[in-house]
Amino acid sequence: MNIIPEKNYLTYPKGLKSWLFTLDHKRIGLMYLFAIMFFFLVGGIFALMIRLELFHPGQDFVSADTYNQLFTLHGAIMIFLFIIPSIPASLGNLILPLMLGAKDVAFPRLNLASWYIYVFGAMFAVYSMIAGAADTGWTFYTPYSIETNTAVISLTTGAFILGFSSIFTGLNFLVTIHKLRAPGMTWFKMPLFVWGLYATSIIQVVATPVLGITLLLLILERVAGIGIFNPALGGDPVLFQHFFWFYSHPAVYIMILPGMAIISELISVHSHKKIFGYKVIAYSSLAIAFISFLVWGHHMFVSGQSELAGMIFSFLTFFVGVPSGIKVFNWVATLYKGAVRFTTPMLYTFAFLILFTIGGLTGIFLGALSVDIHLHDTYFVVAHFHYTMMGGTVIAFFAGLHHWWPKIWGRMYNERIAKITAVLVFIGFNLTFIPQFIMGSHGMPRRYFDYLPQYQGMHELSTYGAYLLGTAFVIMAIYLIHSIFKGKPAGNNPWGGLTLEWQTTSPPDPHNFHEVPVWTHGPYDFDTIKVEPDLEKELETA
Amino acid sequence: MDVATDRPAYLAEHFTDAEQQQESAKLGMWVFLLTEILLFGGLFCAYAIYRAWYPEMFHNAHKHLDVVLGSINTVVLILSSVTVALAIHAIQHNKRKQTILFLTITLLFAATFLVIKYFEYSHKIHLGMLPGKFYTYTGIEGTNPHIFFTVYFTMTGLHGLHVLAGMIVIGWILIRTIKGHFHSEYYTPVENAGLYWHLVDLIWIYLFPLLYLVG
Repeated sequence: MNIIPEKNYLTYPKGLKSWLFTLDHKRIGLMYLFAIMFFFLVGGIFALMIRLELFHPGQDFVSADTYNQLFTLHGAIMIFLFIIPSIPASLGNLILPLMLGAKDVAFPRLNLASWYIYVFGAMFAVYSMIAGAADTGWTFYTPYSIETNTAVISLTTGAFILGFSSIFTGLNFLVTIHKLRAPGMTWFKMPLFVWGLYATSIIQVVATPVLGITLLLLILERVAGIGIFNPALGGDPVLFQHFFWFYSHPAVYIMILPGMAIISELISVHSHKKIFGYKVIAYSSLAIAFISFLVWGHHMFVSGQSELAGMIFSFLTFFVGVPSGIKVFNWVATLYKGAVRFTTPMLYTFAFLILFTIGGLTGIFLGALSVDIHLHDTYFVVAHFHYTMMGGTVIAFFAGLHHWWPKIWGRMYNERIAKITAVLVFIGFNLTFIPQFIMGSHGMPRRYFDYLPQYQGMHELSTYGAYLLGTAFVIMAIYLIHSIFKGKPAGNNPWGGLTLEWQTTSPPDPHNFHEVPVWTHGPYDFDTIKVEPDLEKELETA
Repeated sequence: MDVATDRPAYLAEHFTDAEQQQESAKLGMWVFLLTEILLFGGLFCAYAIYRAWYPEMFHNAHKHLDVVLGSINTVVLILSSVTVALAIHAIQHNKRKQTILFLTITLLFAATFLVIKYFEYSHKIHLGMLPGKFYTYTGIEGTNPHIFFTVYFTMTGLHGLHVLAGMIVIGWILIRTIKGHFHSEYYTPVENAGLYWHLVDLIWIYLFPLLYLVG
């Protein structure tokens, strides 16, 4: 029978103060988890309001101006407050030091500071919602963002502050991975989750400051009329786009790389087979991080960029697809002849493989110059990035959440309900976004409040899908929260993983390990080491 | 669990030894400096673009900056980099009083820099050589001279804020040195503050010729 240790990081030390001033990476990760899930809910409600308005053509629920604010807030909240911090700050904080066999991240106080900075930045974003939310879209393009009367400054200030929290997390992880690995854990014996977060951290550290200066200049533009992005004053609005995408394109890899990192981990553990092409997966993460800095121009094919620049950016965009493709092939090859378990995390992993492949391939369509002229600013683009960001990152996030949930809380959720929910998520997601691919290719422009009657059928389907998806997430919230209190004790190693986080108790000790662990094998040596998952042992004895 | 008794007070709980702690702190600082370079990178990029767009205006406008004051400030910052390096050297050899002296001199240099900058700024503001829409001066020929002052004020302004931040950091290090927190075994914070200060200095080394010595 599995038991939960009395003294663990959740129970010791006690009191609200011990949480608010905690330096424990696990508690900070948990605080991040609650914060980002709250904003996932807020952003999700905005998405459902958008879909409700688009159910029929014409105005029937909100005004056109409110609609513009809704999609701006949906985008800005989901990106800056949810997806970017989602995996690194929550699961990364919780699991990374455990995987490395470390007692904590390198700079625990900086880690706590990053959480408070996140909350502080979030307050600006929330204030912006109350004080006449911005209607620029999450991209804040000039000159409109200079002219509009809505609350652009508070939202951009929020994003600026959130950037610091992102940089601090990245910096912390970089140093932790370099300096705090357990004895015996060489670079190529690290779990691939760590490799993925390492590549992510590089982008966070290198790209985010550029967003910082861009938003700072935009704020100055609005406050002091400095003219740097304002064509009326001799400035260049396209320069803003260059600056913005120099951050924001690498930023999509800040979002997807941790998702890929989770999938690399899960696909091996839940098929009990050594990962196929370990080194290639590790290197491809670094390759993506590097190439991601050279493709920002593909957002600007129709912004008056020179033809030559367009061609180069188009080529580089195809090129960044290569390491992503390599990963997908390696994951599929790992499954081959593995002892595949159809657990909840694995179902999400399968969903990821399908959805991310669709998202990635449609990205190649959009990276092709001539095709992009046709598809630019249509629902095809919306569907593409939801397939990568939601079908990719968010699905991977839920895969990881279900995978490490028993480690985090020591308790198991109801697997049957969880599996049904996973199927509902998959159906709801496709029902929402496949119609968007279709109507996008037929010319339905993005960000429009009204549309021609010919698109109504597709919009209706998409709205049904969105509400199914929303329902599935509500079910997920219920069974996950229920499991915290009533779930069965999960055991230290419910899935039979080999990495170090499974060698400590569930939930872990406040100091992670009682003794400094020594790393003697590879992270996926299922060919030489036999481990029986605690959950399966439980089933046999029952 | 046994608590190792030979752990020095400055060694944080989650590090195995002092070397690991020192290496982590230093690597963290270098990564932070990288982010600073990229923060300024955006402005350097904007400078390059607008100088390419308006080369004559840049040439005409830069003549209105005071090269003498700019040069004095360059010398002041370079000297402050020397004193901060001497402060690190002193603490490595347990010469606490010397460290305190050199850190104080560094602070004075930094303050001098800001005072000179204040006089430069107030002169420009007085003449209406201001960024963007607040520009009222009429004596500069060429297209959009206010853009030059946008670039000038944002670059030197952001740099000025970094000088101020550096003063706060060095002031804090100074207080901790006076309290006796540092010695030849443990001086990483002094070293890191020095690294930061060198970067602030280095950025000015680029700003000075780009803005004051256009052609």
